[in-house]
Amino acid sequence: MNMELSRRRFMVGASAGLAGTTLGALGFGELEQAYAIAIRPFKLTNTTETRNTCTYCAVGCGIIMYSHGDLKKGEKSEIFHIEGDADHPTNRGTLCPKGAALLDMVHAETRLKYPMVRKPGSDKFERVSWEVALDRIARLMKDDRDKNFIAKNSDGVTVNRWLSTGFLAASATTNETAWATYKVVRSAGMLAFDNQARV
Amino acid sequence: MFPPLPNPTVQPTPAVFGEQDLIRRSASSVPAPARQLTPMAKLIDVSKCIGCKACQAACLEWNDLRQEVGSNVGVYDNPSDLTPDSLTVMRFTEWVNPETQNLEWLIRKDGCMHCADPGCLKACPAPGAIVQYSNGIVDFVHENCIGCGYCIKGCPFNIPRISKVDNKAYKCTLCSDRVAVGQGPACQKACPTQAIVFGTKDDMKKWADARITDLKSRGYKNAGLYDPPGVDGTHVMYVLQHADQPQIYAGLPANPRISLIVEVWKGVTKYAGLAAMAGMAIFGALHYLVTGPNNVSPDEEEKAKHLAGGPAS
Amino acid sequence: MTNSWTDIKNTDLVVIMGGNAAEAHPCGFKWVTEAKANRGAKLIVVDPRFTRSAAVADMYAPIRQGTDIAFLLGVIKYCIENDKVQWEYTKAFTNAPYIVKEGFGYQDGLFTGYDETKRDYDRSTWEYELGDDGYVKSDIDHPRSVWNLLKKHVSIYTPELVERICGTPKDKFTKICEMIAETSSPTKTMTSMYALGWTQHSKGSQNIRTMAMLQLILGNIGVRGGGMNALRGHSNIQGLTDLGLMSNLIPGYLTIPTEKEPTLDAYMSTRGFKPMRPNQMSYWQNYKKFMVSFLKSMWGDAATADNSFAYDWLPKLDVPGYDVLRAFELMHQGKMNGYFCQGFNPLLSFPNRKKITAALSKLKFLVIMDPLDTETSRFWENHGDFNDVDTAKIQTEVIQLPSTCFAEDTGSLTNSGRQLHWHWAGGMPPGEAKKDAWIMAQIYTRLKALYQKEGGAVPEPIVNLDWRYKDPGEPSPEELAKEMNGSATEDIADPNDPTKIVLAKGKQVVSFAALRDDGKTACGCWIYSGCFNEAGNNMARRDNKDPDDTGAFPNWAWSWPVNRRIIYNRASADTNGNPWDPSRKLLWWDGAKWTGYDVPDIIPTGKPNEVGPFIMNPEGTARLFARGMMRDGPFPAHYEPFEAPIANVIAPKIRGNPVARVFKGDLEQFGDAKEFPYAATSYRLTEHFHFWTKHVQINASLQPEFFVEIGEDLAKEKGIKSGSWVRVWSKRGSVKAKAVVTKRIRTLTCDGKAVHIVGIPLHWGFMGRAKMGFGPNSLTPYVGDANIETPEYKAFLVDIEPIAGPVA
Repeated sequence: MNMELSRRRFMVGASAGLAGTTLGALGFGELEQAYAIAIRPFKLTNTTETRNTCTYCAVGCGIIMYSHGDLKKGEKSEIFHIEGDADHPTNRGTLCPKGAALLDMVHAETRLKYPMVRKPGSDKFERVSWEVALDRIARLMKDDRDKNFIAKNSDGVTVNRWLSTGFLAASATTNETAWATYKVVRSAGMLAFDNQARV
Repeated sequence: MFPPLPNPTVQPTPAVFGEQDLIRRSASSVPAPARQLTPMAKLIDVSKCIGCKACQAACLEWNDLRQEVGSNVGVYDNPSDLTPDSLTVMRFTEWVNPETQNLEWLIRKDGCMHCADPGCLKACPAPGAIVQYSNGIVDFVHENCIGCGYCIKGCPFNIPRISKVDNKAYKCTLCSDRVAVGQGPACQKACPTQAIVFGTKDDMKKWADARITDLKSRGYKNAGLYDPPGVDGTHVMYVLQHADQPQIYAGLPANPRISLIVEVWKGVTKYAGLAAMAGMAIFGALHYLVTGPNNVSPDEEEKAKHLAGGPAS
Repeated sequence: MTNSWTDIKNTDLVVIMGGNAAEAHPCGFKWVTEAKANRGAKLIVVDPRFTRSAAVADMYAPIRQGTDIAFLLGVIKYCIENDKVQWEYTKAFTNAPYIVKEGFGYQDGLFTGYDETKRDYDRSTWEYELGDDGYVKSDIDHPRSVWNLLKKHVSIYTPELVERICGTPKDKFTKICEMIAETSSPTKTMTSMYALGWTQHSKGSQNIRTMAMLQLILGNIGVRGGGMNALRGHSNIQGLTDLGLMSNLIPGYLTIPTEKEPTLDAYMSTRGFKPMRPNQMSYWQNYKKFMVSFLKSMWGDAATADNSFAYDWLPKLDVPGYDVLRAFELMHQGKMNGYFCQGFNPLLSFPNRKKITAALSKLKFLVIMDPLDTETSRFWENHGDFNDVDTAKIQTEVIQLPSTCFAEDTGSLTNSGRQLHWHWAGGMPPGEAKKDAWIMAQIYTRLKALYQKEGGAVPEPIVNLDWRYKDPGEPSPEELAKEMNGSATEDIADPNDPTKIVLAKGKQVVSFAALRDDGKTACGCWIYSGCFNEAGNNMARRDNKDPDDTGAFPNWAWSWPVNRRIIYNRASADTNGNPWDPSRKLLWWDGAKWTGYDVPDIIPTGKPNEVGPFIMNPEGTARLFARGMMRDGPFPAHYEPFEAPIANVIAPKIRGNPVARVFKGDLEQFGDAKEFPYAATSYRLTEHFHFWTKHVQINASLQPEFFVEIGEDLAKEKGIKSGSWVRVWSKRGSVKAKAVVTKRIRTLTCDGKAVHIVGIPLHWGFMGRAKMGFGPNSLTPYVGDANIETPEYKAFLVDIEPIAGPVA
């Protein structure tokens, strides 16, 4: 069966139902209003669409994020719904149970909001500023690197490696972030460098 | 592949159906609509279902519902039953085919069947709490619901659930808000394998025929469509590998029918509002038969009367 | 993946083994259901558990975890004995006819050259015999031809032996052999879909190799609907691997030098292979162009011909690699001080959790960058049973940095099918969360400033790093993407007409074909070259037309290399250049050049009867015999997991993979079948993604609580009821879980012994919305694959008992 035809029929069927009338155009009496409330107003109307890719597995499903407010116009933006992108050749608008619930990942209660530090032996995280956190990290890195960097091995061969600090990179970041990460980690001489390829 | 519907538009879109298309309204009557919408249907192909619960997730997300985190009760079904928030659940059955001795994992998406002859609507004593459109969608109007639970008793599939929060009945709306703008339901859009498809009921039957042919070619000689005549057919249909035994799919009724009591009750509600019947002996009798004693509080009956426009006594 | 997700629709047979595509990749699995619906394709699932993939399969067979090689070598034997081989393909496109050196052999489970004390082989005999012309000798009828050696090697894997090792009933195994063998027809294809079910074994690489060998003799590589399709687990794990974010890699699968290669010349002397057969492309001959361009992208103007393009500034390895098992071993020994976890949760991800906790506790500092509050960032916090640590004793300073998630970031992700898709930010990060690129830039600029101010140990590689971004504190995704693509660092003249500039300084190179080894080009990742060239951001392309419905979608996003959708695609045509299957054409020779639906994976003018399809191999052919490139053998052989319910029936004295690395201290922590009688395995469930979605309300409700799965026999034996509590323990740890008793896990009979399987999903921890629970890593052994150190998560031993539930 030719399902292209089938779909066209569906669209015709649907548009026949338009019949030149809409909910909004109708004057509701009190009782009529009670009937109409059954159909919820379509919640995507007059919202902003942004195309993205699902963050979970490597099928790479296309998604559309719906927000109130448009980031590209410099507005504040609040994502309130995420749905599969029917134009994407791989997923054709479908999503799995993780993808279909991406909204709750974006707004998870346990999203981190502020830099925190847990001091040695302490039983709590304490909030710090980005400046404090980043300065501290750079200092810890430099002190460890200066102390433990191996410029030459026992044979006198230049090896320029730093083995006492390691880095696990995130396999849900973008390629661009990964490249920036690569440059920083390798230029420092780190070899204990890995990602989630094996787990 | 069943051609995916285009992405929804964010432009204001006129609704393709509305209250002018009502063909039934609980405990009250509606004027005959001026037009007949093309009957729509959701087809659930159990043989393509991978039980991933994308439909459950999409349903919760789209409808702004959240299910509380439960516990594992020894099966994959979670939540283990329909709830006022989970309007659809996957039901998993491990079935050993006696002919082949092979294990088959039958996974059925459960939820409202949108019966052409809806038992819930017929059982409902609250005027306008349950409505049916000429495209086949059976919807609950929560403002009119009195939480009496008759709809559950009237439903041959045991679908509606009463919320403990607002004491109203909930079930799948077939995403009437999406269908109204030319989209399919959220579960259908998400379904990774297109085990759920949506379109005109005629197209769905044709699509099902092709699926059944494929299944028969793979040895499922009793593959078939589930569109039970006892409720005049449904607007949610199943393709089953073993259509001769619907009950092996987590108790899908072989021949669902509206209970006789509800049929009688329906005869009354069709012609008179709840208020008019409040004093009738039959109400008391039916009330007892359908829900057991004292399930509807006097408060609720008062509320129902009020909603029906009757005297608040 | 050699092919793409959408190409799966072109197949006739799908084999899911070593994976569970329906659960882990539901929307990719769509293309399996399409192949079934439209082509009448069949689906075979071979798995210890009857999974949700098996629920829609035409054929399911159980297998004991860790025995896939025996199963697949049995299938190869069946195909050879029943003449179900795509002969023209096998003879022309694989190394089947090549002659192997005298002296090579295999006996009692070991290949020639084994040294038990080193747990390693001298691999010098695992090589071809060369002729006087310097090329490999070729004669398929020679007793030492790869083909004849393979025939002999697989001869022991009879259906009876397969049943004895794998527990797979003989009739089911034979039926599967028949179904697979049918695809040896040039007009039938089979696709292999696998994932961590094959990689997470001490012989994971060989699991995959065995299927690749089978696919080669069936002629199913390089064709539509065929291929070896690794279903990658994370949204950009393909990208991070491509970009070399691993201990021993440089972007584009170049490798980090070892300390035995003190100069660029020494480094290049073992790379850039010359052809081993006449007329072959041996594409790695271009290695130096990619390497020098990479060094230029790292150190810009400071990388010059005079300093060998700053080759010295790259760290040099003294061991094969500092993979995570080695890193945490060193940490456990107190030899590491600092550690960064960027979107990574090792406390739940790495094996032997007790060891991981002890190792993290020895760090001076731990930096976390994550959108979520992970278990690792709180490894020091006591959560009762679920994280029973002595907080006060842990002296690690932990800095937790909030990062953005996908919805708040712009850039590209590489999917499993090697397609780079661009996406756009649409939401605002919560609180003060920042983009990862910003965080890395901020750390770098501070470190650089400290070195500029204070000096210190070898500051040159840091202070000279090419960081010429518009805002050094936050490089833009476009700037970074352009850098990966590569550009000219100087005007490049036409070699035939030096007055003509073919690429002006600063212009993007069109592809890696334009890269040079003289320092005139820079390119971060040669295989990504072409992703963002002068035509613009090709990753953001959204033309979803698909001429003739081949499934290629050539103008949708961008695929590496050079927008090629199916790699080795020249193998889709016969030795005359005509498609094997006229109904499934991909590429063909038009008399002068290659043409078709895809970008040819061969020099376009390479004559079909001269140039082989496997251009990255100096032979031009694919390898049934891996030479010395695999540590554990040029052919795969059956080895048991390190913890196995039975001994290796082929070589009873060999435990696990004889060359897998085992650290001192971990060996004593392996259990045996007497003490731990049940064969456990670990896996994902479709409702969850690793340790992330337990933070997600909806997913937490869909699968709320940690459980283990067991069969009805074991449940009866132990008195365990479905939904009740059990304790499961191994030599390394213990967990409490709900029990799911199921017909989907059956008792297998292996070597005459009943083997019960315990399934352990991996999604629970002590943070997030789901109920608190444990992960399999509390139980799993600390040992990895012999070649690439993937932890053996899929096969280990446990015991189980019913317990009373926690008091409510």
